[in-house]
Parts: sequence; structure tokens; C-alpha cells
Amino acid sequence: MADEDTSAALEGITTTQASHRQAGGVRGAPRGSPGGSSWAIVRSRDNRILLGVAGGLGERLGVDPILVRIAFAVLAIAGGSGVLLYLLAWGLSVEPEAATVAAGPVRRPNGRQALALGMVVLGTMLLLRQMGLWFGDRIAWPVALAAAGAAVIWARSDDRDRARWTRAGARIPGNPVEALFSGRVGLVRIVVGGVLVASGMGLALANQGTNLAAAGNALLAMAITAAGLLLIFGPWTSRLARQLAEERRVRIRSEARAEMAAHLHDSVLHTLALIQRADSAPEVVALARRQERELRAWLYAPPAPPDGSLRPAVEAIATRVEQLHNVPVDVVVVGDAPLDARGRAMVDACQEAALNAARHSGAPLVSVYVEVEPDQLTGFVRDQGKGFDPERVPSDRRGIADSIRGRVHRHGGTAVVTSSPGEGTEVQLRMPRTAS
Amino acid sequence: MNPGEPTTRVFLVDDHHFFLAGLRAELGGQFEIVGDAAEVDAAVDGIRRTRPDVVLLDVHLPGGGGRAVLEAVRQTHPEIRFLALSVSDAAEDVIGVIRAGARGYVTKTISPPDLAAAIRRVEGGDAVFSPRLAGFVLDAFHGDLTGVVDPELDQLTAREREVLRHIARGFTYKEVARRLHLSVKTVETHVSSVLRKLQLSSRHELTRWASDRRLV
Repeated sequence: MADEDTSAALEGITTTQASHRQAGGVRGAPRGSPGGSSWAIVRSRDNRILLGVAGGLGERLGVDPILVRIAFAVLAIAGGSGVLLYLLAWGLSVEPEAATVAAGPVRRPNGRQALALGMVVLGTMLLLRQMGLWFGDRIAWPVALAAAGAAVIWARSDDRDRARWTRAGARIPGNPVEALFSGRVGLVRIVVGGVLVASGMGLALANQGTNLAAAGNALLAMAITAAGLLLIFGPWTSRLARQLAEERRVRIRSEARAEMAAHLHDSVLHTLALIQRADSAPEVVALARRQERELRAWLYAPPAPPDGSLRPAVEAIATRVEQLHNVPVDVVVVGDAPLDARGRAMVDACQEAALNAARHSGAPLVSVYVEVEPDQLTGFVRDQGKGFDPERVPSDRRGIADSIRGRVHRHGGTAVVTSSPGEGTEVQLRMPRTAS
Repeated sequence: MNPGEPTTRVFLVDDHHFFLAGLRAELGGQFEIVGDAAEVDAAVDGIRRTRPDVVLLDVHLPGGGGRAVLEAVRQTHPEIRFLALSVSDAAEDVIGVIRAGARGYVTKTISPPDLAAAIRRVEGGDAVFSPRLAGFVLDAFHGDLTGVVDPELDQLTAREREVLRHIARGFTYKEVARRLHLSVKTVETHVSSVLRKLQLSSRHELTRWASDRRLV
């Protein structure tokens, strides 16, 4: 039960974020270049790792930019043509205008287009192989296969996983390329790593000619290349892994809390409800009611209401009245506002009225309703008790009515008490809000 | 209960056996309890088999929650009416079951006579709004109307708002009618209309509002 609740909640939150993002991605914003040449690729500003070319191309083609990046990477390994193509695309593309930063709706990666992209890459590779611009089958094909696998994993993973990866990645300062140049040993690392990659590939190239079926040499070449890549990208990858682990810990913790809340909800809250329904002594019922309220406040605490806001102050009335008089109080608050002097006066007047009702009306329940309207606060305190004739008010009740009225009048508000014998009593309070 | 008079057939869904036993004892004299269940699958089967008039549905159930029961049964038997009953007052739970199709929501601390009255009201096709639910609705429909898709569904009329305010203040439908110089039937119509808006509105604040106030 707890799991479902939590996952539903997560889902809800993710959906909300997604819809926000979509809303941010301005539908139908101009996608052309500054000069109006609408064919040019607009480099992406938000979605960039190097120069925003892959991001722009992805947005243009409706393919996930990650897949475009993988394609470039594969082609780069296939004879280095990817690098050339990237530079070419950069030359043909334009920087986005400041005004069109948010250009391009976030298009969902489209399976057919992704497949087409894969075909283009494969075709180019075969062509390059034919032309001899080739690092050799032993390197190019495994890399291409690995890249295709990664692309499939990325495309197949659901939105929630992807959102999690992106979030974790986003929390690491910079992107993989920027991360390269950060840190004290960054440059040394890159130089050493680069030399290793180059020599690994060189070894593979040299190996190709001799056709010795020297599997050992090929393995060595791959190992050297891998070591180089690890040196270059290792730190960033390990930070990403740490982030993911941290995220996972947080998630487990919140799930554990949800489970505990669900358990308390099922057991203790029910017991407290049962006590209130059974014909228990009034003090026991009041105690159960109070504990239920406290437990519920703890279980369902909304994200920390700011101190000094109206809602919790009104809700606290119930606890106080129940403590003093063992009469349950139903509190409903609509809207919220900071608790200024007028809000305070409204809360105090409501509490006074509720205490009054609990003390004199003999009603089994007191209802308190406070609404924050744009220009005023309204408060209603009502009981279905014995009521009284306003014409012949006992002096003690008049005194209390006056004290309620006095509080509100001092801040420019009004208080009306309506009551008739046998009909219960209602105190209506109105208070203009700070716009004085 | 006169012999020969058709009685309301009620099905109980609750995973707390103590509570279930209490309900049976309280309601047994006034309604025909046709069955009960303690988890989602058994509830769906039992309800489909017995076709009660009203299902008293606990919001929290093992196997998917009351919402899963609502969604499954409403696909095959849309005429069966649901009154949600829960120990939780969490906004998400309340709004969730109402949006899934329940015609009302009461908390488990409700007194037995009030519960019986609520069952009758739901059986008659009306909506049952507790003061707290009315407050939730007012709160959720509060604020500006940016992002509103369907103005008819996404906002309350002045009259509906007034009726809800009175319910939130603790008045019964009868009292609301007298105070606003309406017939009880008109008050019920207003409340049903609010229920419909609550179920169908795409007002995006409604979802956000509820999830802002949810557990953990």
C-alpha cells in the first residue's frame, strides 16, 4: 500500500514537472535562424555539451540529442569522420538568438527517425571502410555495437529513469567536457589519457597490416585505449555514480518513512477513530481526538508552512478548546496568509468565540471556518447548541460578545452574533486585509 | 424498516475487521448488508456479484487502495454508487477517490446516524460533502484562473461557492437551504454540480494543490 502511494506520488510529481517543462518549451516559437534562412540548424543553447551542434541537430530531426551524440562518437572512431562532420555541421549551423532560447518544443524521440539515424551512421561507416578511412574492424565494430547498445538502453529506458539520470548529471557542476578541464591535474590527465588512446588506436592500426591474427596485440590495444578513456572520463563518471547512489539513498529513506506513516495510519489512527466512535467517556474521546490530530499533523505535514502563517494558528484553536472543555472542534481553513496584526486579531476572536461556544452552548461540536479572501478575512464560529435570545442576553455572555467585537473593531473589522433559543449560535467576523 | 419496503443494499469494504464488525452492527438494522471484503480483488468480485446500491469504501486498502476498486467496478457497473470512508483526512486521498468516481467522502469518526444519512443521500444520487471536503474544494478552486481550459468546468459559480461555504461552516443541507432561501433540492443540485466539476475539471491547480499537501 505504501509503495503504491509513494510511486503514485512520484509519478504525479514527475508528470507535473514534465508539463511545466513542456509549457516552458514554447510551442510554435520561431525555429529559423536570425537571418531568416529557415533551413539552417540552430545550435542548442540549453542542450549543449560541446558547441550545441548535436542538441540543435537532434531538435531539428526530432531525435534525442543523446542519440545524435552517440552517432557522432561512433563516426569519430570510424576513421575520425565524425569529428569532421561535427565541425562541418558547426560551420553550417547558427547560434540561437537570445530571444529564441527556448525555441523548439521538446519532441519525443521518434523510433523511426532514430532508426534512420542509425542507418545513416552504418552506411557512412561502410562507405568509409570501403574508402580505407578505417581504424580496422576489430575496433570500429565493437565500438559501434557498444554505442548501439547504449543508444537502445537510453531509448528504451522509461522517462522516470531518464529524468533521474539527467537530474543526477545536472547536479554535477559542468558537463563531461567541462569537467575535463577542471581540477588541478586535469591537463595532465587529458594529455596522458590522450596519448594512451592515440597509442592504443595506433597499435590497432599497425596491427591491421600484419594480419597476424595477433589477438593478444588487439587486446592490448583495446586495453590501452580503455585505460586512456578511463583516465579522461573516469572522474566524471564516478561522480555521476555517486550522485545516483545518493539519490537512491534519499529515495529509500523517503519510502521507509512513507511505509511507517502508512503503518501508523492503519493501526494507530484506526484505534483512535474507534475510541471516538465507541461510547467512551468524554475525556477519553477528547484525548483520542487530540492525539489523532497530532499524529495526523505529523504524518501529513504539508511542506513546512512558514511560521507566522494564518492556517496553523487557526488550526491550533481546536487543540486549545478541546484541551480546556473536551468539546471537539472542526476547523476548516480556506487559503492562507501571513499572520499580521489583523490576522492575529481574527484568530484570537475566533478562539474566544469557540471557547465561548464550548463553555455555554452545550453543543457536542463547534465549527470554525476561516477564509482568506483577496480583500478580507472572514471567520465563522458556529455551534448547534441551545442558543440564546440576543434581546435578553445574560450579562456574562454579553461581556464575551463585547470582547470579541472589541478585538475585531480595533482593527477595522466587524463582528455579528446571530442566535436564537434552540437554534444554536453563530459569530460572523470580517476583517479587511492589510490594504488600509 | 417496514417489511416489504425495499431496503438499501450496502456492501462494506474495509481491511480493519474491528471496524467492519462495528459497521455491520450499526448499519445492519437499517440496511441490508449484502457482503464485505477486506482487499481490492475480493471487493471487486463481491461487488460485481452482489450488485449493491451503495458501497461503503475504505480509501486505504491492500492491493491498490479504494481507488482501484472504484476504477474496476465503474467500468462494468457504473450504476453502483460509492461513499468513501476513511480515517485519513489527507487532501490527496479525498480528492483522489472523488475524482475516481465516489459520490461522497466521510471520515471514520462520523457518528452512526450521520453515516446512515450519508448512505441514503448517496443512494438517492446526491453528493455527500463533509465540511472538510467542502473546504478542500474551495481551497482547490481558489485563486486565479490562469491555465483554465474549460471555464464551465474549471470554476465554481458564485452560488455554488456560497453553498460550499455554508457546508464548510458546518451547516446541514436543510439549514443551507433555509439560510439561502433555496429548496433542499436546489442545494443538492448545486452540490452535485460541484461534485461533477471536481471529477471532470482539468484545472491543473487541483492536482498540484492535492500533491502539495500529500504524505511525505
